[in-house]
Formats: sequence, structure tokens, C-alpha cells
Amino acid sequence: MSDNILEMRHIVKTFPGVRALSDVSFAVRRGEIHCLVGENGAGKSTLMKVLSGVYPHNDFEGEILLNGKNIEFNGIHDSELAGIGTIYQELALVPEMTVYENIMLGHELRRGMGIDIQEMIQRAEDLLKRVRLSVNPSAKVKDLGIGKQQLVEIAKALSRNVSLLILDEPTAALNEDDCDNLLDILRILKTQGVTSIMISHKLKEVLSIAETITVLRDGQTICTLDREKDKVDEQMLIKHMVGRSIENIYPPRASKPDESVVLLEVKNWSAYDPNLGRKVLNNVNFKVHKGEVVGLSGLVGSGRTELARSMFGNPDGYAIAGELSFKGRKQRFAHPSSAIRAGLAYATEDRKKNGLVLIKSIQENISLANLQGVSKHGIINEELDKQTALNFVNSLSIKTPGINQLCMNLSGGNQQKVSVAKWLFVGPDLLIFDEPTRGIDVGAKYEIYTIINDLVAKGMSILMISSELPEILGMSDRIYVVANGTIAGELDGKSATQEAVMRLATQY
Amino acid sequence: MNELLTVLKKNIREYGMYIALAAIMAVFTILSQGVFISSRNIANLLNQTGYIAVLAVGMTLVIVIRHIDLSVGFLSGFLGAVAAVALTQWHLPVLLGILVVLVLGACAGLLTALPVAGLGIPSFVASLAGWLIYRGALMLVTAATGTIIIPQDSFNALGNGYIPDLFASQTFLPGIHKTTLLLGAIAIVMFILGQLSDRKRKVQYKFEVLSGGLFAGKLVFLSVILGLISWILAGYNGMSWTVVIMLAVVLIYDFIARRTVLGRHIYAVGGNPEAAELSGISVKNITFVVFASMGFLSALSGILFTARLKSATPQAGTLFELDAIAAAYIGGVSAAGGIGSISGSLIGALVYMSLMNGMNLLGTDISLQYIIRGLVLLLAVVFDVVTRKRRS
Ligand SMILES: Nc1ncnc2c1ncn2[C@@H]1O[C@H](COP(=O)(O)OP(=O)(O)OP(=O)(O)O)[C@@H](O)[C@H]1O
Ligand SMILES: [Mg+2]
Repeated sequence: MSDNILEMRHIVKTFPGVRALSDVSFAVRRGEIHCLVGENGAGKSTLMKVLSGVYPHNDFEGEILLNGKNIEFNGIHDSELAGIGTIYQELALVPEMTVYENIMLGHELRRGMGIDIQEMIQRAEDLLKRVRLSVNPSAKVKDLGIGKQQLVEIAKALSRNVSLLILDEPTAALNEDDCDNLLDILRILKTQGVTSIMISHKLKEVLSIAETITVLRDGQTICTLDREKDKVDEQMLIKHMVGRSIENIYPPRASKPDESVVLLEVKNWSAYDPNLGRKVLNNVNFKVHKGEVVGLSGLVGSGRTELARSMFGNPDGYAIAGELSFKGRKQRFAHPSSAIRAGLAYATEDRKKNGLVLIKSIQENISLANLQGVSKHGIINEELDKQTALNFVNSLSIKTPGINQLCMNLSGGNQQKVSVAKWLFVGPDLLIFDEPTRGIDVGAKYEIYTIINDLVAKGMSILMISSELPEILGMSDRIYVVANGTIAGELDGKSATQEAVMRLATQY
Repeated sequence: MNELLTVLKKNIREYGMYIALAAIMAVFTILSQGVFISSRNIANLLNQTGYIAVLAVGMTLVIVIRHIDLSVGFLSGFLGAVAAVALTQWHLPVLLGILVVLVLGACAGLLTALPVAGLGIPSFVASLAGWLIYRGALMLVTAATGTIIIPQDSFNALGNGYIPDLFASQTFLPGIHKTTLLLGAIAIVMFILGQLSDRKRKVQYKFEVLSGGLFAGKLVFLSVILGLISWILAGYNGMSWTVVIMLAVVLIYDFIARRTVLGRHIYAVGGNPEAAELSGISVKNITFVVFASMGFLSALSGILFTARLKSATPQAGTLFELDAIAAAYIGGVSAAGGIGSISGSLIGALVYMSLMNGMNLLGTDISLQYIIRGLVLLLAVVFDVVTRKRRS
């Protein structure tokens, strides 16, 4: 018999109206890196929350064996004591606190009445070394890039002596370099005896790191594969995940951009952020044609999101210089509402923080940016509002028991779809899509790409910000690479290569 | 029976308020040997609730957008005094005087919102400044004359008067206010029709609905309650103007909150201001609107209170803000923003005022009254948090 560090048997977990896990069994061998894949809402995060004690043991059915022993957790605290460290889909660091304070949060070292800062910094430094992160432990977390924050999370988990590390989509928000780095760290931890379970929608990285892969679909285990023995490839995973095969992830596009009509043109666009006290954009020049998909590539923090927000009504209050013409008119939008009215929309990258109102229902979120569309004289037509939501739930196959489900109860990917639906309902001329497929499964990605194709075929334009190079290359008619707050270069979508993009992105 | 239990469990927070209200009323009825539930006392209780309920409605929306307004108590006292001055010294016609005061109230709300929305100053501080300012202003207005007596009966009727009985008759149900009964009957019919169409829509969109039996039970039960209330009121002088105004405010605000674009915007701003802003909603404008409505309702509350006393006093409005905040929280508003219903705030105000009224009836010592009110508030909020946690 093989040496299993973990076995979960016949796990059943239900929420009101949803059977998130129906009879899932799952085993992890000691010392391996085990990946968990599946569509949005398949139950991956739920399974890991069951394991880490977020859902106490009387909240679900089934049994969990850790090191061969039956365990019952009542809370996260119990699982931490048992040596399970968890990194959730959402980052859980306190931005205003320092790196070492975050790492030692919850088990500060005492000295007399106070805390032993010296020793804590020392500990933190050791842990940071283990994840090969060289930052000052006294730096504030909010000043670190997202890739480094993710490593701090891992260091924090390691501080509790973990033997089993759970990572829920740790690379979703990272660029390629940071991803590779994080995967390397996992390999190193493996040599130190740490077993890892990783959830990811990025199949390439799954194939590069996993020894074993378990596929979940609709709350059930579909199969557990040995990467080498079973000769797993991407097509095979997709087939198990979605239940059918998808030949071409990037569906071909029949329509061509109308080069004669410039929809958006930005000239010498600079922005100064008074809060940070520095320039975030410097002399940006670019344009978007009618019916065109323009990709904005670049490293995280290069200024892509800042560029989008400065054009979209400037909610951060940047001081802006330069010229923007939209639909042939020179204009500046003083508020997102005027941008939306003019036909410019912006779907944010962080649906939890500023994309959705999580405590409200799907229905309320979908019509939020276009309530005029479902109301008359300021009074909402419930009928129309519900029908609208229902149509989007069907056309984007949002997985939910009903349109009155609160968005906080949806899986990450389905939240993203609601956010997409919201902007589709606005029906803008130009949609700025910031990381449109972050945390979305292959099937849904394909659906979103198909939607993008439909939209441009109808004459809409898309400005797509993405950290995933294959997506940029696969979808864009033209690509701008952003580096250090300015446009580092322009590439043709058909002929561009990953190397060319990366060269531009890192040239400053 | 099983379904009844699950439904109760699921909506425990919502139904809990009604159950608490019923329990409080039952206890006081027993302890006072029936005096509490008498027509006269219920009429009195509702008239007392009026000026706090109106404030609680406005406060609920303020708390929904994650703010607070401490200035409303003395603002309502001050504006009540302004109304008195307008009627007795400027000799404005009653209607015009009321209109002027309501407009002033809305403007005062806008002023409170100015530093909040414009500069991001915490509303706690901005409205605390208002609290001090309006308290001073109230003293100033009443300094020369002391209490200002208002002679206009038409004005005082807002706090003491009752709607006329159009069908007064000595033979048919003597001593009973027939118009009130008729209004009660209309309310029941409207309620049933509303519920039926609501249910139809929910079925159509595959929402969970009560089973037919339970639904019918609910309709009958609530209709009986509505009927009972109108019967009790009809047994005294009928419906008072205060109750009419209070109900109108609740119905209008409830409609705005649930059925209009403005309402959706308010709740979205409360639920996630950043997402609301990026959806094209001006958080600033919503803040102004909500505070202006709060000021408007403070003025209304001041008018009701002044009319009830038939005079403006230097102490008018003291602690109203805290009563309103307590009522809103008992009614289930969440300080985290985005959650809280108008009907809840009405029930919250009723719970709170029933306590006060009942304890006064029993002659409970005033010091003990405060302690009990504090405990009930605490209990309500703890109950709220615990039930909310269990559900998610
Ligand atoms: N608190 C909750 N209340 C109700 N339903 C829930 C809750 N949490 C999760 N669900 C539902 O359970 C199902 C599984 O969700 P889960 O978050 O585990 O999916 P996932 O596989 O992690 O998806 P993703 O890749 O999108 O993150 C989904 O249908 C989701 O809507
Ligand atoms: Mg998940």
C-alpha cells in the first residue's frame, strides 16, 4: 500500500440549494505535488475548505484521514495545529502591516509583557529565505508586488510547521516570471518534505509541476491521473474537466477590424498619482479601431490598470495631461458614469474588491451599471430585470441555483462571469477588459473568447489587459506592450511571439 | 409543520423582530392587566412612535451607506422651534410654514454631507459638530421666550388629531371609527393582492416559495393582524394624522429602497462603494441624497413632535438621534453597510417605543428603564450577528 499523507472519503457538502460536493474521494501521497483541476464551481475550493476546517466536521459528511488517523477539525486553528497550511483563493494579508508582522500574525513571540520584535524579525527572515524572497521584513506588505505578496503568504503558512500545504489558485494573479518562481519554490519545499495540493486553471503549469492530478466535475471525482504513467496532456485534462474536447482554445475570428475608423486615440497621455506622489503614466500613445481586439500586455505593475482607470472617468483622482479622443470627439471623462454614457466600459481585474457587490444577488449585480435599461422613470421593472439576469445566466452558463443567489456564494469563476455579464448588458462601444479570464476554467474561457468574437463582429471594440501571454497572442489583432507607465512597443497580433513581447515588457 | 420550522429557521432574523414585538406586547398586556393593548394606549403608542420611526427610516439609509448622523435629534428640535417661530412670529400660513421647515431640513442634511462627501471627513465627526451647533441654535431660538406655545389647531392636529370619520353613524357600530375600518379593509385587500402577484413572479423565475398551505396561512395570519390593529384603532378615535404620515413615509421609502434605481444605487454604494463608483454610480451624489433625506425627515420629526406638545421647548429632540439609531439597529440594519430594510426600521421603532410605553405604564423606575432599553438593544444586535453568521 502506498504511503498516503491524506485521504478524504465520501465527502458530501451541501449549501442551501446547492450540492457542492457529492461523494468526493481523494488521496494524496506523502511528498508529492498534487494538482486539483476542474471547471468553475466544480467544488475545488469547497473541498479544500472542508479539509482545512473552514467548514467544521459536523457541517459535512464523510471522513478525513491524515497520516492514517481519523481527524475532526472544528476550525482552521485545528488544521494548523495538525500541520496543514492553507493559502486561500483570496490573499489574506494585512496590507498596512509589515512583512514580518504578517508572517508572525496570530503567534507573535512574547517577551515579558511585550513582544520580541528582534526574534520575530529573525524568524521571518529565515522563512523568507526558504521561499527565496529577499525583501526587508520591516517593509509594508502593501508596497510589495502581488507576486511577492503571494510568497509572503507561503512564508506565513510555513511559519506553522506545515507538512501539507494547500494552495488555491496561487498563480491566478501572477505574471509568468512570478508563476515560474512560485512553482520552483514548491519544488524546493518538496525536497524539504512538504506535500502540496495546488488548485489551478492554468493547465500548462499543472502539467509542468504535478505528479498526480485529480479532476473534479459537478462535485464529483472524475479521475485521478498519474502524469507520467497516464501520459497526461492538455487535451486529455480538458476532456475530463469539461466532458467534451475543445479543439482550439482560441476560436478563430471571421471578422476583421475596420481600420478606417479610429474609435479611441490617446496622445501624450500622462498621469500623476497624488497619493503615491509619482507619475504612473508617461506619454502614452495608442489607438483602437472599430471592431478590433487590442491586447495590452506587460508586467504586473507596469501601468496597464492605471491607464484603463485614468481613461475611465479617473476615479483615483490622478492629475492628467494629454489628449483623448473617443468616437472622433476630444473629451475627458470626469466620472465613470460619463464614460459609460459615452460608450466606454471597464471591467475591473479584481471582482471581489471593486467588481461586484458581493452581498447582493446576481440579478442586482448584472443590471447595476445599466439600471436605465430595466427601469422607466426611475422605477425598476422587476420582470425585465429578472429576465435580463436569467438570460445572462443561461447564455454564459453561470452555475447557480437561481438569480437571487448572493454573489458571495458563487465560485470564483462564476463571480467573474457575473462581472462580465454586467458589462455586456451595458453594451458599450469599447470595452476595456482587465484580466477577463483570471480564475476562469478552460470551458468558460472558450465561452468568453467566443463572446469577444461575437462582440467585435457586431462592431464593438475590445481593449484586453492580460497577464497571460498565450491569451494576448491568441486573441489580439494588435498588441501594445506596456512597461514602466509607457508604451514600450507595438506588435502585430498574428506575427508576435512570446519572446518578442517579453523583450519589450522587460526592456526598461 | 416541518416546512414551517425550516422557513422560520431560515428567516429567523426577519421573523425574530416580529416575534420579539409580539412577545413584548403580550408581556406588557399581561403585566398591565390589559391596559397596554387598550385602544387608547395603542393609539397613544403609535403617536409616540411616529417621530422616532420617521427618524429611524432616514437613519437606516444613512447606516446602509456606512455613515451615521448624530445631529438629527437637535436638528429636529431646532426645526420644530423654527416651525413654532414661523407660525407665531412670522405669521406664515400653516402649510407654508411646514413647507419652509421641510426644505430647511433637507438643506441642513446637505450641509452635514458637504464635509463628508466632499472631503471624506468621517460622518461621526461632521454630525457631532451638527449636534453641538443645532443644540446651540435651539437654545438661541427659545432663549427669548422660553417655551413657544403654538395656537394653530390645524398644525397641532398633526401630533394630536385624528382623521375625520366620513361614515359617522349612531346606529351602525356606534363608537367605532368606520373610516379607519374601511382603510384597514383596503389595506388587507392590497396586501393580499400584492403578495399573490409577488408569489406568481417568484414561481415564474423559479425562486423558492412557501408551499400553498403555508402561504395561505401566512396571508390569513397577517390579514388578521392588520384587521385587529384597525379594529383596535377604530375603537378609540380612529387613525391619527401621525399614523397616516408615518405609514406614508414608510411606504414611500420602502418603495424607493426596493423598487427604484435610486434605491439600488444606495444599497450598492453601501455594499461596495468602489464597485458602485466603477459601475458609474456617484458615491458623492448618493451621500448627498441620503443625508438630505435624513435632514428632511428630521424636520418632519420635529414638526410631529412640536405639534404633539403644541409647543416648542428648549429640550425638544434630546436623545432622539440615539433612539433612532437604536431603532434602526433593532430593525436589522448592518453597520458593515448595504443591508437593512425600511420595514425593519419601522418594526425596530415599534419594539423600542413599546418598551418605553409599557414600562411607563407599569411605573418602572426611569433608571431601570434605561438599563432595560440598553439590554434589549444589545440583545437585538447580538441576535442579528449570530443569525447572520449561521446562515452564511
Ligand atoms: N457559501 C456558499 N453558499 C452557497 N453555495 C456555495 C457556497 N460556497 C460555494 N458554493 C457553491 O458550491 C459550488 C462549488 O464552489 P467552489 O467554490 O468549491 O468551486 P471551485 O471549484 O473552487 O470553482 P472556481 O474555479 O470558480 O473557484 C458552487 O456551485 C458554488 O456556487
Ligand atoms: Mg475556487
